[in-house]
Amino acid sequence: METQKPHSEFGLPPSENYTISVDIPGQEQDPDDLWKDSRVFVNIGPTHPAMHGALRMCARLNGETIEKSYCEFGYTHRAKEKLGENRTYHNFVVYTDRLNYCSALINNVTYAMAVERLMGIQVPDRAVWIRMVCSEMARVIDHLICVGVNALDLGAFSFFLYGFHQREEAYTLIEKICGARLTTSYTRIGGLMHDAPAGWEREVKDWVVRTRKTVQEMDRLLTNNRIWCDRTQGVGVFTKEQCLRYSYSGPNARASGINRDLRRDQPAMFYKNVEFDVPVGKNGDVFDRYMVRMAEIYQSLNIIAQCAEKMQPGPIWCEDKRVRIPSKDVVHNTMEGLIHHFKFFMTGFDVPAGEAYTSFEATNGELAFYIVSKGGPRAHRMRIRGPSVWHYQGLSEMSQGVKLADMVANLGSINIIAGELDR
Amino acid sequence: MRGTDIRTPVPTIYGDFAAAHSERWKVQVDALQKKFGQAIEEVRWPGSYPTDVPILFVSKDKVVEVLRELKEGGDFQYEFLADITATDEEVEPRFEVVYNIASLSTGARIRLKVRVRDGEEVPTATGVWDGANWAEREIWDMFGVRFSGHPDLRRILMDERWKGHPLRKDYPLRGYQLFPDTQPINVDLLKD
Amino acid sequence: MSKDGSASFLTTRLEAMVNWGRKNALWPLPFGTSCCGIEMMATFAADYDIARFGSEALRFSPRQADLLIVAGIVNTKMAPVLKNIYDQMADPKWVISFGACASSGGIFNVYSVTQGIDTIIPVDVYLPGCPPAPEGVLHGLMRLQELIAQGQTHYQRRERARQASKEA
Repeated sequence: METQKPHSEFGLPPSENYTISVDIPGQEQDPDDLWKDSRVFVNIGPTHPAMHGALRMCARLNGETIEKSYCEFGYTHRAKEKLGENRTYHNFVVYTDRLNYCSALINNVTYAMAVERLMGIQVPDRAVWIRMVCSEMARVIDHLICVGVNALDLGAFSFFLYGFHQREEAYTLIEKICGARLTTSYTRIGGLMHDAPAGWEREVKDWVVRTRKTVQEMDRLLTNNRIWCDRTQGVGVFTKEQCLRYSYSGPNARASGINRDLRRDQPAMFYKNVEFDVPVGKNGDVFDRYMVRMAEIYQSLNIIAQCAEKMQPGPIWCEDKRVRIPSKDVVHNTMEGLIHHFKFFMTGFDVPAGEAYTSFEATNGELAFYIVSKGGPRAHRMRIRGPSVWHYQGLSEMSQGVKLADMVANLGSINIIAGELDR
Repeated sequence: MRGTDIRTPVPTIYGDFAAAHSERWKVQVDALQKKFGQAIEEVRWPGSYPTDVPILFVSKDKVVEVLRELKEGGDFQYEFLADITATDEEVEPRFEVVYNIASLSTGARIRLKVRVRDGEEVPTATGVWDGANWAEREIWDMFGVRFSGHPDLRRILMDERWKGHPLRKDYPLRGYQLFPDTQPINVDLLKD
Repeated sequence: MSKDGSASFLTTRLEAMVNWGRKNALWPLPFGTSCCGIEMMATFAADYDIARFGSEALRFSPRQADLLIVAGIVNTKMAPVLKNIYDQMADPKWVISFGACASSGGIFNVYSVTQGIDTIIPVDVYLPGCPPAPEGVLHGLMRLQELIAQGQTHYQRRERARQASKEA
């Protein structure tokens, strides 16, 4: 039998999607014995459709069971941390959109909170309420994408279409406040880009009612589906201890029984003033992660409804002259306003020296910006703690000894977003 | 308004974080200083230094023991490793490795820092948290700080053939590097 | 081309018919890496329904696809993969560069990012936007269909040049 060379000698595998070599390098194999010990090396990704963008996993299979594997990432690395040191604080808002692009608004809000915390700025109530509505709306969108794509990976196509339709409606609302769909750049340090247009609260409330109905339909469609339950229950179990070892947070940790939600335990914004429950799972399998996300969608919709109720008209900018962008009226009609505008956008504003680790419950878990400032308009260090890194790290252990097809279910359920994974 | 910074508490929006935990921090830092003595080189407190949580500067050799004590010992209960990262200070000791850890039960956070000279190694924290593995690999990749005892210290974000460490201050923002082919499979990692 | 040099009626009509068939059955290979991939999914989903333009048959294997949609960032680690996938695709093949990152690097002019995928592979249609809205994607697809009908894509021009050199 002609033996194949090991991959390392090929340099490049013949196909990036699937590469299979029948031999284990350095081990003689009897041709009659080939199917008794059918171990193969499989390279999945970085452009495999089930690998969610640009993830790569190299695995050693015995039949269809993963015996050993390791994960790779960095295929969408965009140097956002380096850019954070080279752009002004105001400019960097744009880059935060591209972290977790399914829920860009949460990244905007967290970043604005981080810089405002360094500067000791408090934003007015209306801005905070709008930020809360935006965050929760982004959470709903992200969870819809996550469960939809997870189901799509396992073959449930119509479930995905329901989710994506509701998501389009949310984007219509987001377009009304900032003009963009996905990459919003909506918050500013010390305020918001625009106030919400008149009647926006009412539309949000309507959307909540419609979305709740759709999510109930999705629930009926999939949750008790026999195939779905068979594919997900007891698959990809990650226990509480494993979650703590790998620093899991967010829905993935809650599915394993870690009762921690930064919205409740470390209350930022006005989360103390709204009522919501924190759904916690028990088994830590793919099904529990799905259920936790579905339950969180309902909770987020409740929060949005309460916020839209409590929102009052008022200013959306703080009074602090350091960060407040001068109004166009002042810029066009006064010399000082024009100079202020020019200085603001060309050199940026100074942030006092200091450091802070500001975290917030993003859709996937604890999103944090650790900013070290030495004064001046640029950060000395802009560390972004994306939850996906820590979740993806556990995938190898989660998929140890399971079938290759179940690895796809695991990967979809922990919702790896390449933007915040690679930064 | 001018000159306000993080020492100005902003309670309603961000939570009164320092106020809620300052007593606990005092007790804990005292206990640590009693136990480790000179290994705790310096403590910076919120209020006097512009930071959100206390910063403990720990000597390089003792950092793993301090982390383990904070995780497992007594009533510290910092069982959640939030983040490990580093900063490039440009003057010797050049790097500071930063450990942000949090408590699930109390919600408190605390920060440890280790000062490292260029070329020196820090003992790995993978024995305390498995999750430290990739964070330390990222620091090696981005800053070039090595971790002694690390099970698998390879580059993580950049290609394995990359030269230099991009997040060092002297690496240019546009220092592109191109490779003719994909990073090959590392078959050694898949052996038993 | 007939012997006296005038364009043959039959060949031109045949080519027009082939192009008509090709343009209305573009099978895309979605090479979605980041943010743009989500908008690409939205284009394939119910609300925008790319099936109206005959492109709903997604093929994840490069051997079966004839339209490569590069949606999102291609950094230096990913660039050889993209080149590899493009080489694996069978002729005829077309490329849409989806979004600012793929077209020019966009806002990421940094050490790790390829400044436009046209430094690696030939691109027929560039879609502006960060990311482009699904309407823009459909517009880009229609533009590609026009180009195919006119015979102005990279593949067709290359093919014509090859034919000409063979006859000469």
